[in-house]
Amino acid sequence: MSGANKSGKRQVRQREGSPTDAASLGEAAAISTDQVAHVARLARIELTADEIEHYTGHLGRVLEHARELEDLDLADVPPLAHPYPLRNVFRDDVAGSPVDRDEVLSQAPAASSGQFEVPPVLGEEA
Amino acid sequence: MTSAHVIASEVRAGTRRATDVLEDFLGRIEAHDGDVHAFNTVSAEQARAAAAAIDAAVDEGRDPGPLAGVPVAFKDNLCTRGVATTCSSRMLEGWQPPYDATVVQAMTAAGAVMIGKTNLDEFAMGSSTEHSAFGPTRNPYDLARVPGGSSGGSAAAVAAGFAPLALGSDTGGSIRQPASLCGIVGIKPTYGRVSRYGLVAFASSFDQIGPFATDVADAALALGVISGHDPVDSTSIPAAAPDFEAALARGVEGLRVGVVSELTGSRGNGAANGGPVLGDAAGEVLDGIDADVTERVLEAADALADAGATVGRVSVPAVTYGLTAYYLIAPAEASSNLARYDGTRYGLRVEGADVEEMNRLTRRAGFGDEVKARIMLGTFALSAGYYDAYYGKAQRVRMLTRRDFDAAYADFDVLLSPTSPCVAFRFGERADPMTMYRCDTCTIPSNLSGDPAMSVPFGTGAEDLPVGVQVMAPALGEEAMLTVAAALERAAPPLPKPPLARMSGSKGAGS
Repeated sequence: MSGANKSGKRQVRQREGSPTDAASLGEAAAISTDQVAHVARLARIELTADEIEHYTGHLGRVLEHARELEDLDLADVPPLAHPYPLRNVFRDDVAGSPVDRDEVLSQAPAASSGQFEVPPVLGEEA
Repeated sequence: MTSAHVIASEVRAGTRRATDVLEDFLGRIEAHDGDVHAFNTVSAEQARAAAAAIDAAVDEGRDPGPLAGVPVAFKDNLCTRGVATTCSSRMLEGWQPPYDATVVQAMTAAGAVMIGKTNLDEFAMGSSTEHSAFGPTRNPYDLARVPGGSSGGSAAAVAAGFAPLALGSDTGGSIRQPASLCGIVGIKPTYGRVSRYGLVAFASSFDQIGPFATDVADAALALGVISGHDPVDSTSIPAAAPDFEAALARGVEGLRVGVVSELTGSRGNGAANGGPVLGDAAGEVLDGIDADVTERVLEAADALADAGATVGRVSVPAVTYGLTAYYLIAPAEASSNLARYDGTRYGLRVEGADVEEMNRLTRRAGFGDEVKARIMLGTFALSAGYYDAYYGKAQRVRMLTRRDFDAAYADFDVLLSPTSPCVAFRFGERADPMTMYRCDTCTIPSNLSGDPAMSVPFGTGAEDLPVGVQVMAPALGEEAMLTVAAALERAAPPLPKPPLARMSGSKGAGS
């Protein structure tokens, strides 16, 4: 039922992926400096060139290790996102006491007129 | 050291004042936390007011509850209204939450007195507390060694006698591994057993809050207080908490205990090979588990057999891939959860020309090295072209783990393994990320499956440092887990208290 046989060994699939096959990781370096720079932009983290080198090494070591999953035949195994699936979680719609607005804003980096304050979003003065 | 049970019963009976109890513990913190650094914040003023209120209730004939006057330390990723909650990050330094976590409310309502907030690896990402932005916590058994992590401050606080109880959070082993390294008891309950409302999120499908204590009975007492359905946590299981303490006195006769072969090899000593009860491990055994740790687990299994349990070996093959799956899924969830730290609503802001630059500069300055690495790792694992190869595969391995545990629990009531592959290690010894991540090899499988697991001290390993045995059980199986843990505690060789805990409250009167 689990894909494991009685000896505790799983069926191992031969690696046959190419680097262009998205579901297989191929033999190229696990991650490049360009990819780390791209990911840093996506994650909104400013990095220097030296830091990009550093994280390329760090992420590369973890992703290199992750290649062991390549050996597993998982075709018939569905993904599991949540350990204890609960469905249709409802609760009674009753009014509670709201969190105090001033207390929340007192912890904000900048606030005015009862609102959070941020720099211009569209690049022009408000 | 006085147990939570003894303190609560004396305070309830009016034979001991909560304020006196508190001052004893504050004195110990004052004398020794400079060495240990278990706490980010000691909330002495609020604690004195809370303890006085407990005493007043007793004077008026009201029962303050099952934790009356018991000082408790909370990991600094649990929201406490008006008391700084930092996650040991520059990002949240000084931030005061506008509400209490559900577990904080529950402990307080049961009469516990919050004594402070404990150090952790930044945002709970680590296994040693070396990743705290405010400096590491040191192990009370040996100040040159780590207490484990990420809840290292909570574990060290209980081991050093700074508080009889503490709460932590466990995403990949962050309660059990520090409990093991500090020679105390730590429980990760079933996912959903304890409300996560007010726990600062790291990886939401793994995070679970649980107690630390010096013995199994105190841990069970605290677990009972924090368990139960919470309507404001949609992942909370709608089941009432059973009477956990009643499980402690039950014997293990007839219980079936499986020793996980992949995590527990054969006896190293040829003469003793196989042991009186268990045969050798068949199949693959993971590398990197210390021989004396394995030996203690096999001795624990023997002790359970002597006490009447049926003990055997069991294979849970997927545990060999758990580490890899976890270190893809948890960073993926973290990359999403930590997107909220953008300099807008709370915590640090570094000004920039526009919002995006403000976001980038804030996150550069606010997050430490490990947190940045995990956010980027998770962002990469979820990104177009790599999702199926990394995140998708890892989720399928998670299902394999679930199935392999289900198969094992068809034959066994509880499972046994080491908690940590090694005893407490020296600072800097595991600087390479994969080496550090391997600390979590034995604990991660229960986070992937969502099942309960706990660590119980069972003898010592290298350098006379504590070893913990992990007891695992199927979902909502905490009672059998506690029954076995209590039996192990009764059978365990006596563990010397850490040098710090043997000293009295004031430094001068100590060593």
